[in-house]
Amino acid sequence: MSMNALLSITPWPTLSAILWVVLLIAVLYFARHTAHQAIRTASGALSNALRIASHSVSHAETRLGERNREVLLAAGREAKERIIEREFMRVGETVRKDLANYPHLHRGLSEAIGQIEKDHQDAVEVPPDPPGWVRAVEAVSKLDAKDGGGDVLADMHKSIVKAHKEAMEVYREASTERHELLRAMMPRWRDVQQLLTELDKKAESLLSRTAGVDRHMQEYEQIVKREDKALSVLSSSSLVQFFVSAMVLMVAIGGAAINFTLIARPMAEMVGGTSFIGIFKTSEIAALVIIMVEISMGLFLMESLRITRLFPVIGALPDKLRVRMIWITFTILLLLASIEAGLAYMREVLLQDELATTALLRGSEASIDNGFLWITTAAQMGMGFILPFALVFVAIPLETFIHSLRTVVGLAGIGLMRALALVLRVFGNGFRHLGTLTERLYDLPLFVPLWLESKRVNDRNGSTEVPVEDLREVTP
Amino acid sequence: MKRAAILACILLVACTQSAHVARNTGVYLLLDTSGTYRGELRKAEDVILYTLSRLQPADSFAVARIDTGSFSEKDIIAKTTFDERPSVANAQKRVFALKVKDFIARENSAQYTDITGGLLQAVEFLNEKGTGHKTILIFSDLEQDLDKGYVRNFEVPFAGFDVVALNVVKLRQDNYDPRQYLARLEQWKGQVEKAGGHWRVVNDLDRLDGML
Repeated sequence: MSMNALLSITPWPTLSAILWVVLLIAVLYFARHTAHQAIRTASGALSNALRIASHSVSHAETRLGERNREVLLAAGREAKERIIEREFMRVGETVRKDLANYPHLHRGLSEAIGQIEKDHQDAVEVPPDPPGWVRAVEAVSKLDAKDGGGDVLADMHKSIVKAHKEAMEVYREASTERHELLRAMMPRWRDVQQLLTELDKKAESLLSRTAGVDRHMQEYEQIVKREDKALSVLSSSSLVQFFVSAMVLMVAIGGAAINFTLIARPMAEMVGGTSFIGIFKTSEIAALVIIMVEISMGLFLMESLRITRLFPVIGALPDKLRVRMIWITFTILLLLASIEAGLAYMREVLLQDELATTALLRGSEASIDNGFLWITTAAQMGMGFILPFALVFVAIPLETFIHSLRTVVGLAGIGLMRALALVLRVFGNGFRHLGTLTERLYDLPLFVPLWLESKRVNDRNGSTEVPVEDLREVTP
Repeated sequence: MKRAAILACILLVACTQSAHVARNTGVYLLLDTSGTYRGELRKAEDVILYTLSRLQPADSFAVARIDTGSFSEKDIIAKTTFDERPSVANAQKRVFALKVKDFIARENSAQYTDITGGLLQAVEFLNEKGTGHKTILIFSDLEQDLDKGYVRNFEVPFAGFDVVALNVVKLRQDNYDPRQYLARLEQWKGQVEKAGGHWRVVNDLDRLDGML
């Protein structure tokens, strides 16, 4: 029905319009209660659904957080156990090495001390004999000189002087000997001092190691007790490890790309330059496969050396088998590196061949003899040989990256879920308020009948209060 | 086990498909050796060498002359399908270049110009090679001059072919009436495009980048 038809129900369009408006308001007024219920039901349903979804996401976020916490603590515990185990092994190694030497050290010290004691005893000064002649000299001196006392005294004097000389010589010799003994004691003292210094250093080293073990044990206890501090440290450490390992991996990817460039071209000589697998050249895929095999061999080598622990099966192999695996992977790597060096050389040869052909096709047959060509050839070969071995070490950042990735993904998941729960909650509340707003907007054109209704109710009740039912209807 | 089997099947299908989809290029170059065009052959050598430098292993290339009756294998001066190994392909290119140089040095003028026969021979050759992209280069003034008895008023199947006319020089009479030149170009264009081919004209031989 067109607008003209609607306005032509009476001869006057304005009157027709007024009639339609009145009719419309009447319809809306009589349908008001049902319409409000419908709006409330719809908005309530949407709001409740979103709130339930928000609760569900929050619950999932909590569970993910708990799971992340468990994983983080387990990883931290394992890492700490490894560190403590290694520290104990180092302490054990130090103790074994030093204590194995202890009997020898003890014997050396005892011998040195015994020798010093003996030398000390030998070096004791022997006191000179008491003067036995003194009384005899006094008795003789009381005799009269005529009785021959003077001659006796003279003889005695001579004898005393002679004895004194001899005694002095003996004393000097004894003193010299004592001094020699005392001088011989010096190196022994130094030996003892040196031995004690060494002992002190070793004891200090052990003490510092034990201090480290104590620190690690404290951290381990914190992890075992599931303390928040430990969790925070582990989480932060995991994030740092993630970014550092990602950076190193990027560098490794750059190395792999250079490696790929070195061998992709000569690979066309082996597998043909025109065959494709899907949309990729077979030669490029072959080059990529070689690089991937090298990285895989590097991983196995690192696993066999027990530097990384990505494959527990390899770590748990018997030592004999593990050592055999080390040699096998190393040999394969060596072969692949040699092949790459050969391919790098081939690349240079092909490049020169292509340059010569291009020069011929351009009409310039004369080629400049480059005397420094061997440098680039050697450099390419060297890179071709070294890069496979350099790629072996990718295993270490890769392991760290994989382990830290779990935590980072968990943290990102928690963040996302938290944001999603918030958005759902906001939308849930928004729908509830939207329902209220829609009810208000519905009532807006009905202000005249609503006012009349309110007035009628007030007149009937003799009060100006708003009906309870109306309040209930518009209250969100 | 089941997953491995599915993966193997996918890989096999991919490999099979890759074997069927030809990605190489086939180029057939027709050289006009008629008296009016004989002097332009030196330029043709440059075009051939340029084409050789652009072609890759497994591509096919043939150079043939346009003479009185061009629908013949005898008119092919040099032809080759480059080896898949780049080093061998380079050696083939060098040999090809020498053959072309030798031909241009000793070639005599042809009495008549059978362009349609040459085009048909090119189509036959490239279809037989089964290359992914097929390009026919015509180094000619496009003035066809048939001997008595040669029937060439039929449609050549150009579907899937790029036909590039190179160095279409203006003849003396074209200068008197340029409409003849334009009509000649239009006639060949119509003939090629009517048969499903794609027609182009490249007269600036210093800008051959988009030729192939």
